[in-house]
Amino acid sequence: MDFSFYFDLPLWIRLTLQGLAVILVLFPIAAACSMAERKISAWIQGRPGPNRTIPPLLAWVPGIWILQKLGVFQLAADGGKFVFKEDPVPGGVNKFYFIAAPILAMIPALSTVTVVPFGAYLDSAGKLVPIVLANVDIGLLAVFAVSSLGVYAVILAGWASNSKYPFLGGVRASAQLISYELSMTLSVLPVFLWINAPGGQGTLSLFDVVQFQSQPGFWGGAWFVFTMPLSAFIFLVALFAETNRQPFDMPESESDLVGGFHTEYGAFKWSLFFVAEYCHMIVGSAVFILLFFGGWNPLPWVTLTDSVNALAGVLPFAAHPLFMGALGIAIFLGKILFSIFFFMWVRWTLPRFRYDQVMNIGWKKLLPLSIANLIAYTLGIALLHK
Amino acid sequence: MSSDILFYLFAVLTTGSALAVVLNKNTVASALSLLISLVGVAALFVLLDAFLLAALMVFVYAGAVVALFLFIVMLLDTYGGDRKPFKKATIVASAFALALLVLGLMTFTRRGSLETSVSAATTEVVPVGASLRAYGEQLFTTYLLPVQIVGFLLLIAMLGVIVLSKKFEGLEDVK
Amino acid sequence: MAVIQVERKPLSLAERTYIPQIIGGLKTTLKHFFQPTVTLQYPEQRPEISKNYRGVPTLVKDPNGREKCVSCQLCEFVCPPKAIRITPGEIPADSPHAHVEKAPQAFDIDMLRCIYCGLCQEVCPEEAIWLQNQFSMTGTSRAEMVNNKARLYELGGTLPDQHFKWDKKKAAEEHGNAH
Repeated sequence: MDFSFYFDLPLWIRLTLQGLAVILVLFPIAAACSMAERKISAWIQGRPGPNRTIPPLLAWVPGIWILQKLGVFQLAADGGKFVFKEDPVPGGVNKFYFIAAPILAMIPALSTVTVVPFGAYLDSAGKLVPIVLANVDIGLLAVFAVSSLGVYAVILAGWASNSKYPFLGGVRASAQLISYELSMTLSVLPVFLWINAPGGQGTLSLFDVVQFQSQPGFWGGAWFVFTMPLSAFIFLVALFAETNRQPFDMPESESDLVGGFHTEYGAFKWSLFFVAEYCHMIVGSAVFILLFFGGWNPLPWVTLTDSVNALAGVLPFAAHPLFMGALGIAIFLGKILFSIFFFMWVRWTLPRFRYDQVMNIGWKKLLPLSIANLIAYTLGIALLHK
Repeated sequence: MSSDILFYLFAVLTTGSALAVVLNKNTVASALSLLISLVGVAALFVLLDAFLLAALMVFVYAGAVVALFLFIVMLLDTYGGDRKPFKKATIVASAFALALLVLGLMTFTRRGSLETSVSAATTEVVPVGASLRAYGEQLFTTYLLPVQIVGFLLLIAMLGVIVLSKKFEGLEDVK
Repeated sequence: MAVIQVERKPLSLAERTYIPQIIGGLKTTLKHFFQPTVTLQYPEQRPEISKNYRGVPTLVKDPNGREKCVSCQLCEFVCPPKAIRITPGEIPADSPHAHVEKAPQAFDIDMLRCIYCGLCQEVCPEEAIWLQNQFSMTGTSRAEMVNNKARLYELGGTLPDQHFKWDKKKAAEEHGNAH
């Protein structure tokens, strides 16, 4: 196969195509997550979940009942409904900000993915190349920076709605997101202290984190979740809080705030909030997996390169860079999907924390814990490199 | 060429939204203009190849500080009130600030040291704000004293907040 | 009774981290995740209705196929929301049931008014009106929601009671001791 025509295209066209491709994958996955959420909640509660919708024109196709039972057509019908139903703007809202809020929610949700690598392949020179839209040196910081802008959508939606419950939701969200950002950032510092040993390059790149976890040897191939379990735990808890997932879904806690910040929203604008939440979850789990679960490496101590080399002995086409890239992406996506399943599993297991409990956990438990964790690892790493 | 266009675009965005911060009557709109202004500054950093500074700018200022501003504005319920844009003190202060700015620009153009220093350095110039390593090294060698002083100031401010917000029961003299 | 003060035990460290409880909960939900669903697929599968269920009021016939209602109009009188309308009618002389006093010419129950209180069944001296297992009444117009006599008998069917009150009465009359 020859792809030179693609590389002859102007750079901006290539970048636009790549960006669109990623969004075209991310957006449907985020939408499918909403159906997965309904199905998983149903199965956990002993229900079948949405399983009846099917377009009559397709009913004759053999085997299509599997899709019907999985609710695929229900998802399509829901999506279509959001596009076509009336999009109300309640009286008394601040119209400009009311409409700007869902758009603002989508921007960070879709743009954080640019710096997240989701696979790797060996080029002709035998060098591992990441599959990523922008392989910048400060990848992690960029993810944190852009995703921290997501809080404005929630605040603005709550404020512009000119209604009490959305407002409370917005205020809660801003306090919660800022509180947990601290612990989240502090929890990943040990990872980068470990990577940026004296004499090294000095990097915050997510690709390098995965590279560090794919080294030979017992300590080289260990995922960071084994060497730094506390960091991984703090990061996971903060991730739940940052993505507003149960048990931390204060901004939209439906039992005390009706719908929280999106109470006044309906139709397409509401669905944008919804998709943005799932995009945040996907990108958040992607970062979590890159940092602590070895990225696209299939198993701890088994790297993608090793497994592809082993496969190439059996299957001749496995050595092709395209196969390796696809395999890496598939493994990475599988891990992300499992992580999203975990999110949903937790959501349908745990009740919501009270708001004061959320603040207590964030400031009095998680933050000191992450600081202690950082100090302990700093001392340990300093001693190791002595 | 294209970076020039981008520079002008973001410069106009930054200064324009900075003006909007001051001139807007609605406090929430002011805070959001500040947000846009900060994002514009981050974009200017990107044009200077200072990616690290850009990311830090967005992360710390746009992501957290303005969110806190908004939080306080909403909590104090001061939005929507009509703020008189120009008081006497405001005019005096802005005139003073403008004079300072002009003075700074004049000395800057007179000396022109930035131009010469960049052209004089024939070897590779690593921008301080570009990579983590260069930035960190500068921070802990050349600028160690300012960093320590700023850190100390922040510590004092934090202690002050704790003292102010904590209720001391049974201690009459502390009140 | 003496009040017993129970000291609340302080939470242990493990309990305060919530983690053992969370893991226990996750185990439970995972177990349910893999268990079969218990939902009834309603329109295809029907629930089993108890014999005592009091659903839509219906009219019943006796095992000989005679309509039991004699249009005494007690149910119409007692019905709190006035959902029942009865037009009494004579039984033609050539009918096999001519010995019965009367039969309803029309019998309408407006199901938009009925409150399923069961007073009609309670008051009926002939045990002719019964609240049975019909639990789902739907219609697309108001007229459709009014059960007429034919519909009421279709819903009610026959009850296997062996009273045969009017047949016994007729037999007694023929033997000369009417009362």
